[in-house]
Amino acid sequence: MKIKKNVAISESGFIFNPTTGDSFSTNPIGLEIIRMLKDDKSKDEIRKSILSKYNTDESTFEKDYYDFVMMLQTNQVADDSE
Amino acid sequence: MEKIRYERPVIKKLNTGVMNKYGTRTEYTPVTNIDGARVKDLISEFGSPLFVMSEQTIRKTYKDAVRAFTTRYPKVQFAWSYKTHYNNAICSVFHQEGSWSEVVSGFEYNKALLNGVPGNKIIFNGPDKTDDDLILAINNESMIHIDHLDELYRIIELTDELKKRPKVAIRVNMDTGVYPMWDRFGFNYESGQAWDAINKIILTNKMDLIGLHTHIGTFMLTPSAYAVAATKLLDLAFHIKSKFGKNITYIDMGGGFASRNTLKGSYLMGADSVPTFDDYAEAICSALLNSEYSKEDLPLLILESGRSLVDEAGFLLGTVLANKRLSDGRKATIMDFGVNILFTSFWYEHKISPAQEFSHYTEDSVIYGPLCMNIDVIRENITLPPMKKGDNVVVHTVGAYNMTQWMQFIAMRPNIVMIDMDGKPHLIRKKETLEYMNSLEITPEYLKDFKL
Repeated sequence: MKIKKNVAISESGFIFNPTTGDSFSTNPIGLEIIRMLKDDKSKDEIRKSILSKYNTDESTFEKDYYDFVMMLQTNQVADDSE
Repeated sequence: MEKIRYERPVIKKLNTGVMNKYGTRTEYTPVTNIDGARVKDLISEFGSPLFVMSEQTIRKTYKDAVRAFTTRYPKVQFAWSYKTHYNNAICSVFHQEGSWSEVVSGFEYNKALLNGVPGNKIIFNGPDKTDDDLILAINNESMIHIDHLDELYRIIELTDELKKRPKVAIRVNMDTGVYPMWDRFGFNYESGQAWDAINKIILTNKMDLIGLHTHIGTFMLTPSAYAVAATKLLDLAFHIKSKFGKNITYIDMGGGFASRNTLKGSYLMGADSVPTFDDYAEAICSALLNSEYSKEDLPLLILESGRSLVDEAGFLLGTVLANKRLSDGRKATIMDFGVNILFTSFWYEHKISPAQEFSHYTEDSVIYGPLCMNIDVIRENITLPPMKKGDNVVVHTVGAYNMTQWMQFIAMRPNIVMIDMDGKPHLIRKKETLEYMNSLEITPEYLKDFKL
């Protein structure tokens, strides 16, 4: 899973994909995950980081992470190539 | 270090295009209490889903409606429409405020009697009145609104048997310039049916024709239609006076005033577009006052409003059961309440608020009920903050018809509580139980024995 190289991400969570011309907004936790993906962090590293910082449990994060990643792929912000 | 409140990560595509010129309004401000009672506390005490009625809102809305009419017309009487919400506690609030009752079945009629409403303060409408119902209503001197000729002839027969003169009105249907025209109830004005029925009633001299009734439709967005209806009823009343020398005691304009809900397909939200009580009152009262009636002879104006008086007082509290992603990428949230108890979601875009604090990030979702049925859709498209399993929501403006038209289907019907004027909740209808449901059923003995 990689965030596409040409995708622009602002500090406030505004995302622009120049390939498709689409723009998106994401919430702070979404922005954090995208940044970690952009920095080539593994899923395990992301999980540890989120669980240490936010008041949630492992299974909730797991469900939400997969859904979020799927939406990144659906919206062509990320691709599943390693 | 204290951890940050978790919110599901969301990404939302930003669409540009032509905006609604009125802009969009956010609907997702959290609603954490109703009349001072905490939503979380109500759910933990009475369960989820849970219907909540606000006594404060009922009384305030009723007073608003009464004020709108009584400041414009000298003789006004409201009659609570039982079919809209016939829970005894709710009916009693309206009766305490001075409302008579308007019923459409023997079941509702007897409910009104048991609630303590005197027989002569009950208006009996509807096409289905059994002989027993009619005899009871005649003996109680209730106002019987005759719906069809078969009923008229049956009442004539009963007067001979009972040796009583029933107090009756006829229901009149008419063209008021709105579509669809409700012509299935009562006698038609334009074709002369209504005048024929009036002649029949007066000339047989077996009953007292004391009123004229109409009910031109439901969720009426055009107040002027009521002015047309009132003018036509007054025209009949004048004909009665000039031909028979009789004064009609009351004009009953029925109900049909819109609540502040948003109809599906509406461009504007209901709260911004539906007429107010003052708009309806102005149309009706002006038509009555501009008639040729002298001040002394003006008939009593009866109103049978239901929906507009109680819809806003009703809330449905519910809980998120699950979130899922549909094949086209839309988010779907499954709630623990479905169309079985929220019947009105078939025609309203019900406002739904989260019952806990959220950030300002939102996502577009479909809201489904819990039923294993494809039709169980509460909102086809709504913008809400990201919610997780166990979060609570408040559905607004559900007080009319849901707690009478609800279905015991797949799941059982939940508790209803009413928040009193001091913010204290009272259980006013218990949730159904398996024992209760089974107590109504009888399994023949020979079916009780089987081996699997």
